[in-house]
Amino acid sequence: MIAEAGLAALWLAAALAFLQLGLVWFGLTTDKPELLASVRPVAVAQGVLTALSFALLVTLFLRSDMSVALVATNSHSAKPWLYKFAGTWGNHEGSMLLWVMVMGIAGMAVALFERALRRDTHMATLGAQAMISLGFYAFLLFSSNPFARVNPAPPDGQGLNPLLQDPGLAFHPPTLYLGYVGLSVAFSFAVGALLTRNVDAVFARAMRPWILAAWILLTLGITAGSYWAYYELGWGGWWFWDPVENASLMPWLAATALLHSVTVLATRDALRAWTIMLAVVAFSMSMVGTFLVRSGILTSVHAFAVDPERGTFILGLLALYIGGALALFGWRIGTVREGAQFELVSRETMLVVNNLLLSVILGLVLIGTLYPLMTEAFGHKVSVGPPYFDRIAGPVALALVIAMAAGPLTRWRKDQARAVAGRLLVPAIVLLLAFAVVSVLAWGRIGVLPFLGLVIAAGVAVGSVAPLWKRNLRRTPLFTYGMVIAHLGCAVSLAGMAADSAFTVEKLVAARPGGVIETAGWKVRFDAITPIAGDNWTALQGDMTASRGSGSPIDIHPQARFFTAPPTNTTEAALLTRWDGQLYVVLGQEADDGRWQVRIWWKPFVTLIWLGGMMIALGGTLSLLGRERRGWLQKLRRRSAVAAA
Amino acid sequence: MRTLIALILMLFAAPVLAQSALPPAPYADRQLDDPRLEAKARDLMMTIRCLTCQSQSIADSNASMAGDMRSQIRERIAAGEDPEAIRSWLIERYGDWVSYEPTASPILWPLWAAPVILLALGFWLMRGRIRRRKASS
Repeated sequence: MIAEAGLAALWLAAALAFLQLGLVWFGLTTDKPELLASVRPVAVAQGVLTALSFALLVTLFLRSDMSVALVATNSHSAKPWLYKFAGTWGNHEGSMLLWVMVMGIAGMAVALFERALRRDTHMATLGAQAMISLGFYAFLLFSSNPFARVNPAPPDGQGLNPLLQDPGLAFHPPTLYLGYVGLSVAFSFAVGALLTRNVDAVFARAMRPWILAAWILLTLGITAGSYWAYYELGWGGWWFWDPVENASLMPWLAATALLHSVTVLATRDALRAWTIMLAVVAFSMSMVGTFLVRSGILTSVHAFAVDPERGTFILGLLALYIGGALALFGWRIGTVREGAQFELVSRETMLVVNNLLLSVILGLVLIGTLYPLMTEAFGHKVSVGPPYFDRIAGPVALALVIAMAAGPLTRWRKDQARAVAGRLLVPAIVLLLAFAVVSVLAWGRIGVLPFLGLVIAAGVAVGSVAPLWKRNLRRTPLFTYGMVIAHLGCAVSLAGMAADSAFTVEKLVAARPGGVIETAGWKVRFDAITPIAGDNWTALQGDMTASRGSGSPIDIHPQARFFTAPPTNTTEAALLTRWDGQLYVVLGQEADDGRWQVRIWWKPFVTLIWLGGMMIALGGTLSLLGRERRGWLQKLRRRSAVAAA
Repeated sequence: MRTLIALILMLFAAPVLAQSALPPAPYADRQLDDPRLEAKARDLMMTIRCLTCQSQSIADSNASMAGDMRSQIRERIAAGEDPEAIRSWLIERYGDWVSYEPTASPILWPLWAAPVILLALGFWLMRGRIRRRKASS
């Protein structure tokens, strides 16, 4: 009954999306305000129905209802409840329903909270949102029905991929999807603005918070995903340039560029066409990513079910939406004037440089990700991996980070090159000092990119805080703090990446219980192996203690786990976090002679990578609050005035 | 004669012996003693694809085939072979696909040209946005 209700809610939501599109279309073309008046309630109802449908699927998973095919193939009654819950989106159909729900809720939010946008643009935006939702409803209902029954119901399910059985599954996919799909709002805004010929500074100010919100969530989702991969895979890597990671990085790069160009549009009413283009590109990248992951042309832990029919379906949607948006862009962009030109030395130019470099990185990641597919079509299988991306995108990213430090120190409209250089003096001195220090410590022993990374991170960290210099800190607006913290976060993250790749110490040994392993100033004593059991796994656990210098020993317990459904081995690394890095201990397999494979890494300052990511998201949040607070305060005041009257 | 037959039989039995009794990959998870050679081997392993995994290098994979390849690489490095020679040997055996480092094969030229083309295109587009000195005065 629950499954049927869920399916019905989904069909109803799809019907409402169709209605919403029709209402907007006829309302705008025939100028009937009474039709438009019902658009917002319909959008809200659609959002509520998708949420209901999703909640019903979650219920089915929590109850382990094995008569539902999706639950039977992806869940197991012995799983802890958290993984039954999070397992809802640990599969193809469930994650697509999550996608559709986020899209529905985003549309609902635009209907409920958007007040600054001109009315016809607002309506056209909701129409565009309904239009893209429709395609994904169709995808879900016709080729990926999550509520399909199986008869007879199997006695128990086949279980969830054990790599996914981790608290990370409860956090990473929903946050990432909120950001990924949240970008659909920017896409709809762009389409709405093109349709109603309304691209200006007011429009940009209305669109900015939506971009910012999606971007914050995307940042958090990527950061969480990276940390999850780092501790789960058991080899200490935190970014693999896996096509699926690239699929999440590309929308982030586009959204970051968009965030900066929309600020130019909001402040100076320039870069109109470019901003609209980026808004289209950002969500297009989300869709391209989904296509790459779900079509099965790439294999990955994220490609749950490989099915060419689904791939073709998504490819069709891609062609329809991206092609449609680009056609609309080409048709209407002639009517959008680009606005004023910029002075060479100005904040505007710096932001254009930011956009240029971000777009180049985006282009490189896109080309590098798709290239193996293209050569395979010519019968030549190649791999494009970390060596290419690091070497090619790395230097561009370093240049971008330097521009990031200089940008906020340059004035809007017109500035003097000498004045900018003067403001950059202190960061430049710090950069030179860092160069000297790192040279003394590690000249010739570390790679060029990590070396430059460390040096530039130091200079840019100081440069990022420089905008607060000589300012009244209590009167500095919140969004300026937001920018400073986000930029500082980039420097912090860069420092972590560089330190990790430059100074990581690796130790692989075969050890007997009772032995002591020494590496990088740490002493790891291997006491014993104990068998333990969890809900649906058994494990051999290494009982070890780690101590550094004269410090007291700390118990650590790396595990080699064996899951029964489906039968899989995984490793649970033991992590010991210190202010200056992380000790990463993995228990491998037993050798024939009774010794155990133990892998130990000391990773100096590696945690800065994710700390930086969180700072970037925090900066975005402060920025959002700072920009939006005024509106909320006014609304509150108005409301209390109404209440008093 | 009997000894000869026994010897021939043993020769045929050798592969079976190798499968069961000999440790298959001594250096799969054992570092080389010389840290410089180990670093060399490690750098190479990071750029070799694990053929049975999903987008992982052999340096961070649990697959047994990755272990065998790690062992091969460490042994060859220890024997004084050049990393690039080992890469060519692997490519010859498994195809271009095994190397994450794109080779100089002509089909990959556009990949190396991409950054230059993109940057040039970007600057050309940007030029139109920036007012020239003369125009502003």
